[in-house]
Amino acid sequence: MNSSRREMLRGSAVLGLAVTAGLLKPGSAWADWNKAAFDTKTLPDVVKALGGATPAESNLISITSPDIAENGAVVPFTIESKLPKTENVAILIEKNPNILAANFSIPDGTQPWVNTRVKMGQTSSVIALVKADGKFYYASKEVKVTLGGCGG
Amino acid sequence: MADPMKIRATMAGDKVEVRVLMAHEMETGQRKDAKGAVIPAWFIQNVTATHNGKTVLSAEWGPAVSKNPFLSFRFSGGKPGDKVQITWTDNHGDKRTDEATIT
Repeated sequence: MNSSRREMLRGSAVLGLAVTAGLLKPGSAWADWNKAAFDTKTLPDVVKALGGATPAESNLISITSPDIAENGAVVPFTIESKLPKTENVAILIEKNPNILAANFSIPDGTQPWVNTRVKMGQTSSVIALVKADGKFYYASKEVKVTLGGCGG
Repeated sequence: MADPMKIRATMAGDKVEVRVLMAHEMETGQRKDAKGAVIPAWFIQNVTATHNGKTVLSAEWGPAVSKNPFLSFRFSGGKPGDKVQITWTDNHGDKRTDEATIT
């Protein structure tokens, strides 16, 4: 009996098991992706998933976007926060299947200003959620969509 | 491996403005193909931008970000000649890193 061959077979079996186990729980591989927050449907749930209490409306947050989006698959947004110590900026689309579209962490030295493009399934209000100095604030805006962005 | 990103980093006053265009399907997992089978979700989950080893922006994205995502942001403390590095990771575990020089 060739014992080194036995050893090798056992070794590779263990390795295979480990890989399978790893694949069975994909969440653990990307621990910094907040799955709970991306599964939510409402603003209070998002805030809760991000670890905050009730958000306050603020006029120091501005959302720049077209009022009417012809193509819901690509709607450009610019979110700017004038709140001091802004740490986080998130874009929420109220009537999308999952409300949270994107969440940006703003470290010191980076302007609380982001510009990106998101999909909108239908006409909906868009909420910019900002975390500043440990508290949550938001501003919202209605954007009309004439052609949905979810494949129709 | 995914296609390279297009990154532009330019000085805007005393700040650096970074514009990134990534090549990615950003499939939502909501759509169905011609046979009625759901097309599985495939989207970028994490994006990190660094300047001289310091993180200047990190983002978590859901499938609602548009196909071939565009992102723009501004940070201070950069100067022409410095490098800005962007990395994304998608929900399949695929990764891509590209860098650009500030002009």
